[in-house]
Amino acid sequence: MKHVVACIDGSASTQSVCDYASWAALRLETPLTLFHVLDEARYPTETDMTGNIGLGSREALLEQLAELDQQRSKLALEQGHHMLESAKARALEDGVEQVNLRQRHGDLAESLHEIEDSMRLLVMGLHGEDTTRTNRVGSQLETVVRTMNRPILVAPEEFTEPKSVMLAYDGSDSSRKGIRLLAESPIFRGLPLHLVMVGVDTKDNHASIESAANHLRELGHDVRFEIRSGEVEPTLHAYQNEHNIDVLVMGAYGHSRIRQFLVGSTTTSILQTTNSALLLLR
Amino acid sequence: MLKSIQQNWFSNIRGDLLSGIVVALALIPEAIAFSIIAGVDPKVGLYASFCIAVVIAFTGGRPGMISAATGAMALLMVTLVKDHGLEYLLAATLLTGVLQIIAGYLKLGDLMRFVSRSVVTGFVNALAILIFMAQLPELTNVTWHVYAMTAAGLAIIYGFPYIPVIGKILPSPLVCIVSLTIVAVFLGLDIRTVGDMGELPDALPIFLWPDVPLNFETLAIIFPYSAALAVVGILESLMTATIVDDLTDTSSDKNRECKGQGIANIGSGLLGGMAGCAMIGQSIINVKSGGRTRLSTLVAGIFLLIMVLVLDNILIQIPMAALVAVMIMVSIGTFSWSSIRDLKKHPLSTNIVMVSTVAVVVATHNLALGVLVGVLLAAMFFANKIGHYLYITSDIDADGIKRTYRVIGQVFFSSSEKFLASFDFKEGVERVVIDVSDAHFWDITAVEALDRAVVKFRREGADVEVIGLNEASATIVDRFGVHDKPEAVDKLMGGH
Repeated sequence: MKHVVACIDGSASTQSVCDYASWAALRLETPLTLFHVLDEARYPTETDMTGNIGLGSREALLEQLAELDQQRSKLALEQGHHMLESAKARALEDGVEQVNLRQRHGDLAESLHEIEDSMRLLVMGLHGEDTTRTNRVGSQLETVVRTMNRPILVAPEEFTEPKSVMLAYDGSDSSRKGIRLLAESPIFRGLPLHLVMVGVDTKDNHASIESAANHLRELGHDVRFEIRSGEVEPTLHAYQNEHNIDVLVMGAYGHSRIRQFLVGSTTTSILQTTNSALLLLR
Repeated sequence: MLKSIQQNWFSNIRGDLLSGIVVALALIPEAIAFSIIAGVDPKVGLYASFCIAVVIAFTGGRPGMISAATGAMALLMVTLVKDHGLEYLLAATLLTGVLQIIAGYLKLGDLMRFVSRSVVTGFVNALAILIFMAQLPELTNVTWHVYAMTAAGLAIIYGFPYIPVIGKILPSPLVCIVSLTIVAVFLGLDIRTVGDMGELPDALPIFLWPDVPLNFETLAIIFPYSAALAVVGILESLMTATIVDDLTDTSSDKNRECKGQGIANIGSGLLGGMAGCAMIGQSIINVKSGGRTRLSTLVAGIFLLIMVLVLDNILIQIPMAALVAVMIMVSIGTFSWSSIRDLKKHPLSTNIVMVSTVAVVVATHNLALGVLVGVLLAAMFFANKIGHYLYITSDIDADGIKRTYRVIGQVFFSSSEKFLASFDFKEGVERVVIDVSDAHFWDITAVEALDRAVVKFRREGADVEVIGLNEASATIVDRFGVHDKPEAVDKLMGGH
């Protein structure tokens, strides 16, 4: 069975990640896996500048390095385990019945990619361990979003139970695919859905968004839609504030890195400015 | 992409810069010493070391591994240089590079899995012995001063790190070279110095095409050398890569390393350098000094060139005895001493493989030959062991008319004799049933052995029936075993 996977890293958003993951697991009726990655590449190495090699240097060096790594890994594993245990306690409190704990050594994006097959939804904190005031978004978030082929729920620092959902719609194939995905998923069943398109209110656009809304209605969702003009990111945020939206659903990084370098990415700017949960569809 | 550049180059800047400098200092004496082994001017080895280190930093498949002019390669070029001169060496170096690039594209790096641990150990030990033996000419027919200097050098190298504070900062081989040079100059000792061994670089290396006729004759001269150089270069590089993999607990791209070595050698040949490969000793020094990424290799190469160009007047005064001491340290550090301790523990077949590899290399001075012998021996011992997995039972019915043989296990060239010997052809029975459904026939030899058994029984007048041959001979096809399901393994090893 596919799991909801939550990335637990001990940062400020851990609690909220845990709550969002529990909420999603309960909604989707799937088991929850709490996942912690031990990123060893960050560990410093010790240096010995003597530059000589003697009897059995290789064996001795291997022994020494292995021992050093062992000590560090042991500590890191233990720490990770504590972190996961407390997250588990919280998830159980939230009402999830089946909670698995997993730890993996290596790079975060790679490690998540490894377990992608058993994943239904990934929950990650917006802020990472190293988040500062100027750079609010966790350093690994974009890499992870780009490598994964699963929906990703990005959790803000505080958990608020989702009461209303906004879908950013642009009429593209990928956003229609996103609509179909959501229509069948139980995750937002029973919540009011706001379908919002930023652009000119032409006939084509109107027809496109209306058919999307109808598709959702057929499957029993409560939908309203609107087309607004203006800049994408401020417009979406304005709508969000007006209607008290708790979750924003959107496609992520639809364009190449080169285009992003030249014109910037909507996903990145939304991530930078959002205060609510984001569900990114790939 | 950006992240991997960051990871491969700039994730450990301080450690890499420092270790690169330590390695560069350790490379200088070696590059000079290996040039002398090959019979060329020290500048050939120094240019090669610079060029190979810099190029491999970008093209190699194992970040943090040090490649430069090496003893293993130098030993292979001796006769080429002696008989045909430097220009042919440069041409051979270019061809070596081309062959290595081809090997990389053919993914020959994957063949390393046929080289067993004992062969690797044998190779490493043989290399250490060869490096040590190459120092002997410097230690024969010389005055007592040289012995004293060498002994003092070794004492400094191994003793200096025990001095508090300072011992951990300065590389002891460097201290050895500097202090012995000062002593020699100060006392005005009349002993051999680097300056006596040939020309040192006085300018940046320049691009030049080897001055050899481009014809078949040239190819016939250089090809055997290039082939041996390419094989040894890849072998030593991939073995070193494995060692660095183990030390740093990371993985490397072996085929990329083959191609990278090829490109580096082509670069070296075009800049007037000799062929090189990865260095076990230097790579260990690099890891020990904290080097982990490509940056350390690049720094080592660039710093080496700067040192050589700035200090050329000092370099020529270094006494050979100091270099000999450093090289003895390298050979001691390269030798796998635990392999001698383990001789008692390991099975005889493993020891024979290791010792034969060493013996063949020391006798022929060709590491490629030694590895070939080692791999063949290891394969034979393995075939012999697997041949033991053959078990044949039989029972006869009450009337003494029909005997049923049940064959379980592996039948192939090494066990086919045993297979045949298990049948009692002289027994007078009317019917013989050979049930091979639990056996595996791996090659044509096995099928032939079965045919011979059937014919022999027929000659004795028995009717022979073979059961389950189709299943048993499924293993003959070359692409057998491409699946790896657990039930397939169970079935294969069933009955043991």
